[in-house]
Amino acid sequence: MRKLTCDACGHVNPQGTSICSECGKPLQIDSNDIESNKSLLNMRYDGSAVRSKTHNKSIVDKIWNFFSSVKIGVTLIVITLIASAVGTILPQEMYIPPNVQPADHYKDEYGIFGQIYYQLGFHNLYSSWWYMILIALIGISIFIVSIDRGVPLYRALTNQKPTRHESFLKRQKLFSETDFVSQDDQENIIFSLKKHRYKVREENGHILAEKGRFSRWGPYVNHLGLIIFLFGSLLRFIPFMHIDDFVWIREGDTVVIPKTDGEYYVKNENFILETYDEEDERFSEAIKNKGMVASNYQTDVVIYKSTGTQLIGQDPDLAEIKQGSIRVNHPIKFDGYALYQSSYQQNEFSSISFKIHKAEDKDEKALANFTVDLTKPQSLYELENGYRVEIDQYFPEYFLDEGVPRSKSKYPRNPAFVFFVYPPNQGEPEISFAGIGRNVSSGEGNEYKVGLTGFEMRDVTGLSVKRDYTLPILGLGAAIFMIGVIQGMYWQHRRIWLHPKGNGLMIAAHTNKNWYGLKNEFAKIIADTEINMVIDQEQEDD
Amino acid sequence: MGDMVSLSGNFLYLAFVLYLVATFFFGGTIKDKRSQGTKSLASRIAISLTILGFLSQVGYFITRWIASAHAPVSNLFEFMTFFGMMLVLAFIIIYFIYRLNMLGLFTLPVALLVIAYASVFPTEISPLVPSLKSHWLYIHVTTVSLGEAILAISFAAGLIYLIKQVDQSKKSKRTTWLEIVIYGLISTLGFVLISSIFSSLDYKATFEFPFDEQITEVEYNLPAIAGPHEGELLTEDRMSSVFEVPSWMKGVNAAKKFNTLLWSLVTGLAMYLILRLLLRKRIAAAIQPLLQKANSELLDEISYRAVAIGFPVFTLGGLIFAAIWAQEAWDRYWGWDPKEVWALITWFFYAVFLHLRLSKGWHGEKSAWLAVIGFAIIMFNLIAVNLVIAGLHSYA
Repeated sequence: MRKLTCDACGHVNPQGTSICSECGKPLQIDSNDIESNKSLLNMRYDGSAVRSKTHNKSIVDKIWNFFSSVKIGVTLIVITLIASAVGTILPQEMYIPPNVQPADHYKDEYGIFGQIYYQLGFHNLYSSWWYMILIALIGISIFIVSIDRGVPLYRALTNQKPTRHESFLKRQKLFSETDFVSQDDQENIIFSLKKHRYKVREENGHILAEKGRFSRWGPYVNHLGLIIFLFGSLLRFIPFMHIDDFVWIREGDTVVIPKTDGEYYVKNENFILETYDEEDERFSEAIKNKGMVASNYQTDVVIYKSTGTQLIGQDPDLAEIKQGSIRVNHPIKFDGYALYQSSYQQNEFSSISFKIHKAEDKDEKALANFTVDLTKPQSLYELENGYRVEIDQYFPEYFLDEGVPRSKSKYPRNPAFVFFVYPPNQGEPEISFAGIGRNVSSGEGNEYKVGLTGFEMRDVTGLSVKRDYTLPILGLGAAIFMIGVIQGMYWQHRRIWLHPKGNGLMIAAHTNKNWYGLKNEFAKIIADTEINMVIDQEQEDD
Repeated sequence: MGDMVSLSGNFLYLAFVLYLVATFFFGGTIKDKRSQGTKSLASRIAISLTILGFLSQVGYFITRWIASAHAPVSNLFEFMTFFGMMLVLAFIIIYFIYRLNMLGLFTLPVALLVIAYASVFPTEISPLVPSLKSHWLYIHVTTVSLGEAILAISFAAGLIYLIKQVDQSKKSKRTTWLEIVIYGLISTLGFVLISSIFSSLDYKATFEFPFDEQITEVEYNLPAIAGPHEGELLTEDRMSSVFEVPSWMKGVNAAKKFNTLLWSLVTGLAMYLILRLLLRKRIAAAIQPLLQKANSELLDEISYRAVAIGFPVFTLGGLIFAAIWAQEAWDRYWGWDPKEVWALITWFFYAVFLHLRLSKGWHGEKSAWLAVIGFAIIMFNLIAVNLVIAGLHSYA
């Protein structure tokens, strides 16, 4: 590979170097830099050789160069940005009603546009293979560009020499030349630089004053944070790392928590739904305008852990490990799991009580009573006075489907029964239909009737079950990103070079951002001296 | 309790008036002959009034917090008002770094517009739904709006830069786009005006329409250009809708909101055209001579610096705090809800801004255009996402 020998100091620099790392003399400059600014030096990466600008032979070089291009990186982000926006034009599949066919839904609701949207797969855009590839490409780009630029920059900044070639100073944006500087002023400026917390290094009268160098690592630190974050997101594809499930629990019930291999159980002690008080003068106007507003969804639970090995068909031995309430915004957490208040169903029937009476009895005097526990209805009830009742059919959520009784779901929200009623000492049953609000006997000329005497209701709570081992990694990535971005954005790397020339002094100043701040600071540094203020050479060109 | 609410309202009103007066004093500094006008009397009065206004608005915030017993950032009125307050705070911070009076002349009107815009929405104190009952409500909302406010300063500086720099001697794409940006700002004013006019006339027209498989009513406070889908006018002697919104516009109030948007755009257009007729040139061309004193390089620096300061704050509030809260409230830190996606888009956009500036040398005009687009994305997320796309954030 071709090396570049500095004609001022004879130092041999690797190809691609634009500023001699030893003395700071500008080496041959590529055409782009001439175009951007004829007189000023391009200080990006401090003029050091960047791999992607020097190697372009092998396929590895080509791939490396592709990903290390900022242009490519920015293009990838812009494409992802546009794709993300497209995904918000119509609701994603997860936000459409759960009981509809997506294909029909998009077509019916949004017409031909919706149909095309669906067929292009935009209804699941963010989990599509191409969206994930875009994110992955951005990740690769971040990784490669950080090594490509970060390593040479680190080398250049840690090997700085205070002595810089005259032309290096002259071609900085901020430059001043003072023909005569007294010994006092020389000392004053160094004192002043130190007072402004510059680190001052000297070499044969040449001085480099520098501060905030660590801010230059900011971009690489925040890129590292992003890489960790993306890695954490990738880990979610490993099933072990991440659990996401849901469980319905009726009040009073204890159920196994799904995806815990039967290790944990949860009992729903009580579900509470509270609303804001209309009488509360603070909110009365808003409630009047908008209607009742819920103030709390809460499930009081007990968490159990099963102990010992469980035999099939036998209830497990349970040991209580935690008791508490789950509210929205306040999940219960145990052993890496978290249960969230996620849904509810109020007023499900838990039991219904009936009585048997004579059909023509106006007082409906009970001849026998029985209660059906809806969680485990028996097929046969042996009653007092020799009556027997058999459940022929049970409709948990009864409705009439074109004259035929059917159940909408298996949940007892509107239970109804077809009973066989056996009066004492009779082999032939009477058929009776009973439910909430309806107790017509289906048989003509029935002697007996089944009537409702009471019922108990209970609430059902819906809890989501989560365990996510990737969260600490994501948190770490986010924290490192924030540190990096603050480090890079809120501090600046400022350098001031003093170059003695005869009895005078040449001064150049550079910062990676906030030139305005640097100029103000420089004015303060030289305030008590006769040294000339720096001139902004870029502004002069305009 | 009622006293507290009215006290709070008075504080806000006072703040509004102070900002307005401060704007005129900032305007007065433009004529100042000295180039470094920060020491002038007008500029001292202007920044003092701004700070007083800000303190008064802090008074509003605290008293309203006491009255409602929760941080007043829970509905659109409260949030937009808070965003206006953060805009002023961001301006004060940047002002003390750069001492640029002209920035006040552009930022304060934007803050005034935002507050006036907010006051058009229902101002009553609303109870918090369970998912909002969390400390993260004010941690997330305050940081995200401060971040967005600082980014908005970048827009203000960028806009001044563009009005000053874009060549107005002949019509070009750039002059057209600049007029569109100005028209957008005027439309916001149009929205405030038209809403106030019809609200003082007590205009009410009720429509009924099918929503969620039942018949729902919606009350319009502006004459209906766009009516609800399959809606029917119930109130007598009121204008029936010119057309109905398509069925895919979601949410009970989608049609009403869309109607308001139409009115704002139409009123804005009328105001814009009147201004054009009066000035007999492009609005930007009329403002340009006033800005000749402005230091372009400093404007460019402020526009960039505001992004450098605002980007980390936005990331923290809009993505990280948002994710932590989403994990607590909705059991997932990220759910591709439209508001979340648009926060990500905002973040991507400013990441692009910074990369183009730092690595590709996009300074000056290019950078200023990017600042304007960034603000448009932020405003889209604040307003349009709630308006058009009803997601989990639709209460805000």
